[in-house]
Amino acid sequence: MLKKLVGVLLAVGGAFAVGGIALHRHEPINALWIVTAAVCVYLLGYRLYAAWIASRVLAVDASRATPAERLNNGRDFLPTHRAIVFGHHFAAIAGPGPLVGPTLAAQFGYLPGTLWILVGAVFGGCVQDMTILLLSTRRDGRSLGQMARDEFGPVGGFAALIGTLLIMVILSAVLSLVIVNVMKHSPWASSTVLATIPAAIIVGLYLRIWRPGRVLEGTVLGVVLILIALIGGGWLDHQPQLRALFDYSSLQLAAFVIAYGFLAAILPVWLLLAPRDYLSTFLKLGTVILLAIAIVITHPQIKMPAVTGFVDGSGPLFGGKVFPFVFITIACGAISGFHALIASGTSPKLISSERDVRLVGYGSMALESFVAIMALIAATLLDPGVFFAINAGAGVVGATPEAAVHTISGWGFPVTVEQMRDLANSMGEQTLFARTGGAPSLAVGMASIFGSTFGKGLLALWYHFAIMFEAVFLLATLDAGTRVGRFMVQDLLGRAWEPLGRTSWYPSVLFSSAVIVGAWGYFLYIGVIDPNGGVNILWPLFGISNQMLAAIALSIATGILVKSGKARYALVTLVPLAWLAVVTSTAAWQKITSADPRIGLFAAANDLALKLAAGALSPERAAVAPQLIFNQRLDAWLAMLFTAILWFVILDMARISIRRLRGLAVPASSEAPYRPSRLQSAAVQGAS
Amino acid sequence: MSSGGERAGAVRCWVRAGWAWLRALSGDDAYERYRSHHAACHGGARLMGRGEFYAQQQRRKWSGISRCC
Repeated sequence: MLKKLVGVLLAVGGAFAVGGIALHRHEPINALWIVTAAVCVYLLGYRLYAAWIASRVLAVDASRATPAERLNNGRDFLPTHRAIVFGHHFAAIAGPGPLVGPTLAAQFGYLPGTLWILVGAVFGGCVQDMTILLLSTRRDGRSLGQMARDEFGPVGGFAALIGTLLIMVILSAVLSLVIVNVMKHSPWASSTVLATIPAAIIVGLYLRIWRPGRVLEGTVLGVVLILIALIGGGWLDHQPQLRALFDYSSLQLAAFVIAYGFLAAILPVWLLLAPRDYLSTFLKLGTVILLAIAIVITHPQIKMPAVTGFVDGSGPLFGGKVFPFVFITIACGAISGFHALIASGTSPKLISSERDVRLVGYGSMALESFVAIMALIAATLLDPGVFFAINAGAGVVGATPEAAVHTISGWGFPVTVEQMRDLANSMGEQTLFARTGGAPSLAVGMASIFGSTFGKGLLALWYHFAIMFEAVFLLATLDAGTRVGRFMVQDLLGRAWEPLGRTSWYPSVLFSSAVIVGAWGYFLYIGVIDPNGGVNILWPLFGISNQMLAAIALSIATGILVKSGKARYALVTLVPLAWLAVVTSTAAWQKITSADPRIGLFAAANDLALKLAAGALSPERAAVAPQLIFNQRLDAWLAMLFTAILWFVILDMARISIRRLRGLAVPASSEAPYRPSRLQSAAVQGAS
Repeated sequence: MSSGGERAGAVRCWVRAGWAWLRALSGDDAYERYRSHHAACHGGARLMGRGEFYAQQQRRKWSGISRCC
């Protein structure tokens, strides 16, 4: 009875809040409406839709022994309490994606992003994560690629491997570009972020040599060290001579990030990667909780309109209409194919009961989606003029502050040079113009929220805390992505020549690390020299690749559902798959064929080539134009490749599904045979 | 027992559970879990030391995809 009452209250509250958001079109709306709508929608999705999918579609069976129980080795296979698996899984899936994507998509207004985050998560992302988690749990924790190979054949598995490797490259490039934009000409940010490297190494030595495995002690030590670095950075910023030592250009920072990525890939993990991850996870969880509390306490007004004129495709952050680009820009937070790799990685080996997949798979993704909502709130509570001044590249709005405010005010979003100067001063920065990539404007938004909650006097400290939080987070993902990319390169090279596949053979380690770092380093370099900021090209490409991976995961899920005789329920994964296929293909088609140089990659390359030939470019732009032209064509070919892989996997799944429906032979199911769980009966006996 | 004593006991119990959860979530108790599993299932085999176990655990964790975008 009580449960029903709660359900009704949630439904009414959620409907009221969503209705409020949708109808509040011409007056400022409070962020609390969005928070309420989001929480109600997630809880309804979790209580109704997820419960139905778990029981009917996936036929979750608590009496069935999970691989954690059957293959328990005390290490990676280990029955673990669901609250802990939830924490592990959430920490693994929550990266910088849900912070950056919604910030960029805020150029369309707050409404398109909010609706896509909520609907996409409840019907797409959460469903994908939960389904893949269960399918992998039923297959001894096999990876997505292995499941594709087992259930559909070697070709599908190979396509999944190539797709994943390409995503790693694009992801690492775009994240490193965001880091560079955060640190360029900001001595406070650069010195703090640089100091996190020795801090991580000290923690690494502590955990490996001085107090092996005492993770909590090491984490506390590391957090104290980086907070000292943060405050020290503020002090350093006021010392003219020291300040100059940490004032770097984008190109210098790009060289540093590339060298750092290479080192992180070849050094022992305990020295740099693992301790950095402990610090990053701690900061991530702490900051997300702090942000949620601060938003509820301050309940700020949203200043961005519900929908801006940029839905027509003329947006300054990136070109393209709201359909399909809002669905590409916000991947993580609504649906992210990358999660399927985690859901078929560590987590299924820890699940102690199949019943836990709802909390771990669906619940973690709902929480991740909530992080995206908070990022959207932090971006849209800024004055729109300020938001665009921070996020629009110099190539779009003009290189001088006067030109930028003139252009932006002309769009109907008033902003002045003085306003931007005062804001930069209060944040302890020289300038905030053209800090593209989303992270700086998110930091300004977060600093405003934290400042209103915990004291305005510390705005500059909060801003740099947010910057450091984002940078630590981004670098941790970059480390891990580069290392995994290195293993994938070794896996591929090992097929050509066996010694190259040996992960402990040092020449192969160095060579494959150089290959992967060189690949993302190339895109980073191009992004840095691009006068439009580079993120405008790389982020949509990342979105397309991530949605392609989600479509691969949903194809595998749909195919397995059909193969296991559940065709009538296959719509739960088929509908989000169809939507992603349409969105991704449309976006890729437009990126390839559009005649508008702000959208079409070939059009942009041709436009630049014509200007170069006509001598219409300034000498600086003319110098980099040939590289930009080549890169835009390369990006177009990549978009084609992603689309080809996507349709290849979909058609392969369709072929197997149709064969199964016609009663023809298909590869046998790779599901592990049923064995009764002793954990469950022991728990039941213990309870009775 | 007085109700104040019961309350203090309940608080202690919660704090203990919270601490255990934090240790499990961070991996702080991984070595103890390994040691008890080893004692229960592989009594005769060699037991790794804390440092060796930690290094091996980190190598394994970072050989696959454990962090997302």
